Amino acid sequence: MCSICGCGADDVRIEGKPHTHKEKAGGEHNHHGHEHSHSHDHNHHHHNHDHSHGHHHSHAPGTSEARKVQIEQDLLAKNDAFAAENRAFFARHGIFALNLVSSPGAGKTALLVRTISELKDSLPLGVIEGDQQTLNDAERIRASGAPAIQINTGKGCHLDAHMVGHALENLEPADGSALFIENVGNLVCPAGFDLGEAHKVVILSVTEGDDKPLKYPDMFAASSLMLVNKADLLPHVDFNVETAIANAQRINPEIKALTVSAKTGEGMDAWLTWLKAGCASCSK
Amino acid sequence: MHELSICENLLSVIEDTAKAQNFDRVLQVRLAVGPFSGVETEALRFGFDVVMKGSLADGAILEINETQATAICLDCNANTYVKDRLALCPHCGSFRLKITGGKELKIIDLEVE
Repeated sequence: MCSICGCGADDVRIEGKPHTHKEKAGGEHNHHGHEHSHSHDHNHHHHNHDHSHGHHHSHAPGTSEARKVQIEQDLLAKNDAFAAENRAFFARHGIFALNLVSSPGAGKTALLVRTISELKDSLPLGVIEGDQQTLNDAERIRASGAPAIQINTGKGCHLDAHMVGHALENLEPADGSALFIENVGNLVCPAGFDLGEAHKVVILSVTEGDDKPLKYPDMFAASSLMLVNKADLLPHVDFNVETAIANAQRINPEIKALTVSAKTGEGMDAWLTWLKAGCASCSK
Repeated sequence: MHELSICENLLSVIEDTAKAQNFDRVLQVRLAVGPFSGVETEALRFGFDVVMKGSLADGAILEINETQATAICLDCNANTYVKDRLALCPHCGSFRLKITGGKELKIIDLEVE
């Protein structure tokens, strides 16, 4: 696993190619640290093994050799530093970046395909796709008319800011564009990893429970907007839209909510209006 | 699941600090973890044991200080402590509480030799 950001670097692939840390000036420095700490790790493993037993018995905490080292460091500091780099990049280029999060199967990619087909003539767009495996989603997005880069996280349960930084180097999004980062389908872990986005947008489909915001509160607390997707299926399911929105606002009183159907286009206008307003505020 | 990668980050900070401050064994690690940090302390303990094995912190004691979360009521402006995201304002009963603290996930200090 990558000790820079815990991203499972050994497995991470961008457009099917191994994840490297070389391209970016900021990344280079950290790449060095990353490799070093790995080998260090292994040396210790072999070197210290039978050593550690003796140590354990002879130096209990509180003996004269023991001392305290103050650190006061945030454990996500490395991810946050990469996120700040991405955020600065977005600000320099007037890019409105969104981090799309949901359970697997909530319709993130279908919603993106529809969004792209409606926006591609009026706005420059870009997409970063995150999945554990396959290039399928990036191919779907490219077929709909927007440039896309696929990140495969391997075993990783979330995208982190470092992977996104590398994807940006490959994607080279146009100035003033709307950038969609489709996270790994997971309502838990992506909540804790800032990617440098302007907003997290959580997608909840009506085939899920309307109490999901209460069950997975962190993600709804971290998001600015909730899209209730697959509205075309409402006549067939027990999902209550008002209850879902009330539950989300119970967790996060400031979250906005829109009901959409990527399939029929219902509610898309309000979503596109929200997007365009975000883009306009970024490109000023 | 990401508790394991957080422990990898922790080990990397410990190794960097060991080089800078010249120690080769860690006896105790003290963390501050907020209720809204997004990590499960039990999973963190499990990840800690797995990740530290064979490192300079193999066998180290993990002490987790659970911090308190704070919120401000968007209706009456009162500041309050909260236990979870479903808490109500103790002053006016509103559920419109905005979390203002409790997301900490940091290393406080290490006991080393």
